[in-house]
Amino acid sequence: MKRYVSTTVNGDRVEFLADAGATLLDALRDELELTGTKEGCGSGDCGACSVIVDGRLVCSCLMLAAEAHDKRIDTIEGMASGSELHPLQQKFLEHAALQCGFCTPGLLVAAKALLDANPDPSESETRYWLAGNLCRCTGYDKVIRAVLDAAAELRQARV
Amino acid sequence: MSEVMERPSAKAELKVVGTRPIRPDGVDKVTGKAAFGADYVMPGMIFGKIKRSPHPHARIVSIDAKKARALAGVKAVVTAADFPDLASEELAGGEAAANLRDISLNCMARGKALYEGHAVAAVAAISNAIAEEALDLIEVKYEPLPHVIDVEAAMSPDAPLLHAHIFTQGLEETPDRPSNIAQRNQLVRGDLAAGFAEADEIYENRYVTAAVHQGYIEPHACVAAYAPDGQCQVWSSSQGAFMVRTYCAKVLALNASDIRVIPAEIGGGFGGKTTVYLEPVALALSRAAGAPVKMVMSRDEVFRATGPTSGAVVEVKLGAKKDGTLTAADVTLKYQAGAFPGSPVGAGSMTALACYDVPNFRITGYDVVTNSPKVAAYRAPGAPISAFAVESAMDELALKLGLDPIALREKNAVKDGMRAAYGPTYRNIGYAETVQAIAEHAHRNAPLGPNQGRGFAVGFWFNIGGESSAAVHIGEDGSAVVVSGNPDIGGSRASMAIMAAEVLGLPVEKVRAIVADTASIGFSMLTGGSRTTFATGMAVTQAAQKIVDEVKRRAALAWDVPMESIGWEGGAAVCLNPAKTDKPPLTLAEAAAHSARAGGPLTAEVSLTAQGAGPGFGAHLCDVEVDPETGHVTILRYTAAQDVGRAIHPSYVEGQIQGGVAQGIGWALNEAYIFDREGRMENPGFLDYRVPVASDLPMIEPVIVEVPNPRHPFGAKGAGEVPIVPPLAAVANAVRRAIGVRMTELPLSPPAIRAAIDSR
Amino acid sequence: MPQVDYVPAASVEEATKALKAAGPRARILAGGTDLLVQMRSGRVRPAVIVDVKGVPGAVGIRREADGGFVIGAATCGAEIGEDARLERAWPGVVEAACLIGSTQIQGRASLAGNLCNASPAADSVPALVAARAIAVIAGPNGRREAAVETIPTGPGTTSLAAGEFVLEIRLPPRPARAADAYLRSIPRTEMDIAVVGAGVNLTLDPRGRVAEARVALGAVAPTVVVLEDPGLVGSELDEAALERIDAAARAACAPISDKRGTIEYRTKIAGVLARRAARIAYDRARG
Repeated sequence: MKRYVSTTVNGDRVEFLADAGATLLDALRDELELTGTKEGCGSGDCGACSVIVDGRLVCSCLMLAAEAHDKRIDTIEGMASGSELHPLQQKFLEHAALQCGFCTPGLLVAAKALLDANPDPSESETRYWLAGNLCRCTGYDKVIRAVLDAAAELRQARV
Repeated sequence: MSEVMERPSAKAELKVVGTRPIRPDGVDKVTGKAAFGADYVMPGMIFGKIKRSPHPHARIVSIDAKKARALAGVKAVVTAADFPDLASEELAGGEAAANLRDISLNCMARGKALYEGHAVAAVAAISNAIAEEALDLIEVKYEPLPHVIDVEAAMSPDAPLLHAHIFTQGLEETPDRPSNIAQRNQLVRGDLAAGFAEADEIYENRYVTAAVHQGYIEPHACVAAYAPDGQCQVWSSSQGAFMVRTYCAKVLALNASDIRVIPAEIGGGFGGKTTVYLEPVALALSRAAGAPVKMVMSRDEVFRATGPTSGAVVEVKLGAKKDGTLTAADVTLKYQAGAFPGSPVGAGSMTALACYDVPNFRITGYDVVTNSPKVAAYRAPGAPISAFAVESAMDELALKLGLDPIALREKNAVKDGMRAAYGPTYRNIGYAETVQAIAEHAHRNAPLGPNQGRGFAVGFWFNIGGESSAAVHIGEDGSAVVVSGNPDIGGSRASMAIMAAEVLGLPVEKVRAIVADTASIGFSMLTGGSRTTFATGMAVTQAAQKIVDEVKRRAALAWDVPMESIGWEGGAAVCLNPAKTDKPPLTLAEAAAHSARAGGPLTAEVSLTAQGAGPGFGAHLCDVEVDPETGHVTILRYTAAQDVGRAIHPSYVEGQIQGGVAQGIGWALNEAYIFDREGRMENPGFLDYRVPVASDLPMIEPVIVEVPNPRHPFGAKGAGEVPIVPPLAAVANAVRRAIGVRMTELPLSPPAIRAAIDSR
Repeated sequence: MPQVDYVPAASVEEATKALKAAGPRARILAGGTDLLVQMRSGRVRPAVIVDVKGVPGAVGIRREADGGFVIGAATCGAEIGEDARLERAWPGVVEAACLIGSTQIQGRASLAGNLCNASPAADSVPALVAARAIAVIAGPNGRREAAVETIPTGPGTTSLAAGEFVLEIRLPPRPARAADAYLRSIPRTEMDIAVVGAGVNLTLDPRGRVAEARVALGAVAPTVVVLEDPGLVGSELDEAALERIDAAARAACAPISDKRGTIEYRTKIAGVLARRAARIAYDRARG
């Protein structure tokens, strides 16, 4: 049975029909063509499909598209302001915090949720916050450094 | 121009090599725009799914797809009957030979299902949901057969037999009955008995490792379109578009030139995407349905049906003098191959003693088929397993002899001019320098607390060269496009751009590196074997040099001086003739702008077979703390030194080292295929197949050692695989020293460690 | 593929009506972190998914006049972790709720889901049982209350009747000098299912001796095991008392061997965790 869903994605109002059993991930990728959000496992264990729903970080593979009705969804596609990268995106590039790049959108979205909630996380807090985002290429070292560096820059910008 | 340059540029002369520019594909990858395998769509596309065997070993009695075909929305069903029944044919591939018949049978079972998850049929339908519904309607009658997964059980003469046509190769006498042992290989030197007789101390043990998966985060995915005239397009995520083309052509008996493979961005491979699973099936479905077919694996399918690496048993016996000098080594390796022959036991054998100068040794390897997924290459295939065994034994030998473990490795070090255990003579190796980097590192003498231990281990990988093609095109503004045929799995566009910029004398920002499809660049072997920066880099460098030579030639013509009077500085031809110093330099931009009238487009393509990839060595130091009550291991500190020849983009070299270490730590501590009694995988997901998460690891300190490779223009050796070789033993040795008990079986899970502690 | 319907219930009546109509093929959606995984694997094929997050009271945390807490059963773990008053009163319950899955899972997973999924390894359940939490159950015949430990009856099964669902979790008022703690053992540092979990809830007398102790263990039996006499009362949690709770925990275990742990290991670790959690709870209670 199809459900009508009206929601806000990256600030834009969108409408679509979704199977009642379809996930938000499927709707983002297949209905809205926002393929930056990735499926790595479909069971909430890898974090590649991370999005922010009403300010909370979630796995879009573990949420029904129908639940997105009247919600505010933020995906990787909305992270940069026009052609200006978010400091996290810039720091990921500068620190070479990605290799294959597949987990990168999910990591960036999760890291943004962290810095929105905690502008000055410790290394350990960052590692635990990002434990739901598997990266098989980097060993996390450069990812963590990039997040901490972006946090420092954002703090600086606030001063 | 010579095939290879004889001497790498000295580091001081380099302007771009060794810097850390932002990768050319970076912005796409941090904004979600990069298109990976599952991100591609084609007009009119339908969706394919695979029906898989629930049995680890069964005769396929019949397949009835009538009901599935009758379901509204189903456009095609294929089984092995839709694929040619190929003859056995060995094909040289990435890091291991591949048998085309086996590849075909692994894509689609014929007659027998050989592991749980083996494909037996496939469906294409107008939606994924309908395709899945159709899978349930395909009726397959199986006659279940006894199965065997454990490697030693499979070697037993009365084990269930997977293949009636396999008679063990490599024995003195050809056996008269078939066996699951596909091959025995042996490397022998000196007099083993005499070597052990000479020893003051002998240590031997048996080591066991579990099958582990590469664990790339992107599941296999492709879109394939077969047109009525036989022209095919395949968009897929793999480590080699040409590999996909070759295998699809062979498996479906098509012309290679009729198949155009467009490489998608690849979300990790680590060797696991050096073969095909979906692409030939998608093409067969597309041919039957008359529409493009998209296929994406679930994570469950990735675990059950794609390549893990072998579970193995390795027996090691070492003999040494009191001062630590090795006198003899006897190593026996038994590797699971999965459903078809081709485990990495050959490489495991060849690398086992590659770090050591041992006068007498015997290394015996067994390639054993088992009712589990056919193993695929995994980062330095085979080497981490043998290194775990040999380096654990070396550590125990050091303890027995009262020697420092680093000193023991130094004592028996291989050096230039020595013959490697696997045959060739070492040249320009950096083993001693790499071990020394750890010996002199502050980490070595840092204090340890209670329940903590420090482990040391070394490792080796060959690295390879092979066939590569690259083109350099200069735009009318003097900027450059570098085209190669190697999928960029971890930043190779950046290293290609750096090397081209170095030769052309351009800022790296003026060089755009892209990965081309199989119709747009010459043949290139897949991205694997740590070969891309070395071999494809060589092609890029030579193509760039051709451009430089051409601009110099044009300058010589314009200025009417001999070629010898033309130099190359700052991206321009300059006149060295003292009589003509008034000539302004001819820049790439000027040469390109005038190309219509003076010489034509500035473009060059080079295809080559690169030889002389320098072997790589790593030396790792690992600190752990063990909770003696729960058996949990915390990795406290990790330092990994590696000779990479020359780091072209040091950040990505560091990333390779850190990533390899993390995978090795996962292999050591928690990763394992778990099968139930019925031969079914119990943990086909990231919940219970436990790869390391961010909170499991500390920062991993890479120490880049540079002993340049004279066969590469900038001195590069391969870097990507070595770092996964030492960690298994480095972790196990650290745990040994923390708890006082030698653990010989991976993974070192908390229950296993607690049991070992309780056995003290 | 059987058609699925989604019902976003806005009231108890809507939810119970939809649940009753679909009978056993209905599934309740709170955070969905178990349900969607089960649907994807094909283990569960519901005809109707009833989303109860819109039911008044299902989401949110409130403190009662008597000092007790009412946690909407579909409140996500992250929200539970952000409630400072709740954490001060029930640190063990909060740490258990916050151990369920990753940050992403915390954005969705709920106490009711964790309870009604009825996994023997659910992290929050031993802590809730140790806390003597009460489940408020809404159903076609109105509301009823039940001790949390009576909800799961075995792996994957509950005592809820057709049309019933858990609406709230109530935590009793906290006396002075009382605190709880929850520890679990997993192979990694995150992202795993508990191999063993231990919740300990202590109340001390004014002289710092244990006046009341309640200990619950997870993943060592089909349902949570409550230690009737952990041997702590009257002690100042000296070594002998810790040894008693360790032994009592081990004795109470009836675990299985599976892909996550062995009988032997689970039994030993139950003792270790009970002892360690008791220590933490005691230190918290003493302040």
